[in-house]
Amino acid sequence: MSKKKTNILRIEHARKSFGETEVLHDISLSVDTGEAVAIIGPSGSGKSTLLRCATLLERLDGGILSYDGQPIAQSDEQGQMVYASAKVLQEVRMKFGLVFQDFNLFPHYSVIKNVTDAPIHVQKRAKSEVLAEAEALLNKMGLQGKDKAMPCELSGGQQQRVSIARALALKPEILYFDEPTSALDPELTGEILRVIRTLAAEHMTMVIVTHEMSFAREVADRIIFMDEGLIVEQGRAKDLVDNPQHERLKTFLNKLET
Amino acid sequence: MTLETIVGMLAFGALTSLMIFFFTLVGSLPLGLLVSFGRMSKIAPIRWLVRFYISIMRGTPLILQLFVVYFGPFLLFGLQMGQDYRITATLIAFILNYAAYFGEIYRSGIESIPRGQHEAAAVLGYTRSQTFIRIIFPQVLKRIIPPMTNEIITLVKDTALAFTLGVAEMFTQARAIVSSQGNLIAFLIAGIFYYAFNALVAFIMERVEKAFAYYHE
Ligand SMILES: Nc1ncnc2c1ncn2[C@@H]1O[C@H](COP(=O)(O)OP(=O)(O)OP(=O)(O)O)[C@@H](O)[C@H]1O
Ligand SMILES: [Mg+2]
Repeated sequence: MSKKKTNILRIEHARKSFGETEVLHDISLSVDTGEAVAIIGPSGSGKSTLLRCATLLERLDGGILSYDGQPIAQSDEQGQMVYASAKVLQEVRMKFGLVFQDFNLFPHYSVIKNVTDAPIHVQKRAKSEVLAEAEALLNKMGLQGKDKAMPCELSGGQQQRVSIARALALKPEILYFDEPTSALDPELTGEILRVIRTLAAEHMTMVIVTHEMSFAREVADRIIFMDEGLIVEQGRAKDLVDNPQHERLKTFLNKLET
Repeated sequence: MTLETIVGMLAFGALTSLMIFFFTLVGSLPLGLLVSFGRMSKIAPIRWLVRFYISIMRGTPLILQLFVVYFGPFLLFGLQMGQDYRITATLIAFILNYAAYFGEIYRSGIESIPRGQHEAAAVLGYTRSQTFIRIIFPQVLKRIIPPMTNEIITLVKDTALAFTLGVAEMFTQARAIVSSQGNLIAFLIAGIFYYAFNALVAFIMERVEKAFAYYHE
């Protein structure tokens, strides 16, 4: 076994097009264990597309996608993208979780069932163990006593916390967030950011697409600035925000302030 | 003929109507699901075929379909069918016809479920069939109750069409009594039967709707 630390996620020269328009041009990035990475950038820059490719919701058109050093998608000699077998992809899916902007909770399941259904029926783990863990997770999310509630009975902030618990219940190695607070009223964003902050303090590996710049600066170890399908600049969070190098990033940060 | 004999004969016919109703649902509710899958299939020829089938079922009168199924085996293939074939033909025609309508209801329900539900399930590792059975279909059921109720109520009334093939269901009985008696009492009573049965259907479907009211989207 190699002593060299492997990245949980590694993306090399990723390309993605929708029809004729290429929305990811040549994206390379890797994420280490325990790292919290924030991705920022203007609307349409490809942030969501990048997360969706990393979580296998979209197929890349070029490049290499690896988890734990194992390539699961790469181009062959003809430049065609080849993905690992369905079985391997299914195993890889257990390595990551994704928190959506609009939660996507299962409306017909109670809170506790939203959190426990996949561990029980996908991972086939023992029900009693899963339930105990789910209760603990809900407590941690400040949702004690809500286990029997239906999603429609909860505020947006509570729903988003359930969806975080649902993702964590599968014990992912890396958790992706796609603008987790954008669908919430401003007064509810705080509770979500607090949860993410807690996870960061526990060294949960995370990739967070966000427009909350001060939050990204404070919580992320590293910030990646994307524009028009390219990574324009990346660096330590505070350096990048306080001392941006590229014009495009300067313009972007200035616009956010006003 | 006393009122009691009339009611008795009609009740006997009503059993046949009920049987047609019941077996049509048993056959067409699952078949309709297959139809909806075919209609949404990734394989284009399957999609076209099912689409064509649906358009025929919806675009031609049910009564004509009944005749085609009934006379088809003889006129097309020279097959002699027995007396029992009347009821079989009725059920085949009804099931094929209703499966087309139910198929379109299922499809509209399935397509109305937001993409995010599929995506959330995919990321959580649910297989395609788990996603459908555990996540999508239960939500579809809730959404399709109103159009299903309409269709099922129509079916109750459509069972009367079996009289065209000489099946002794309630309307056939009522017609026979009316022509021998020379008054409309049998039609009146049959009407009450149909009405009461549909009231029951509506009541049950309301209950089903309530059972799904434990959540909303
Ligand atoms: N399914 C799709 N089909 C066609 N074009 C798409 C699709 N999804 C995204 N796009 C396009 O790809 C580009 C990148 O979109 P993406 O959603 O990744 O941007 P984003 O950085 O997440 O933006 P935002 O901050 O608004 O969420 C946009 O121009 C968008 O219109
Ligand atoms: Mg986005």
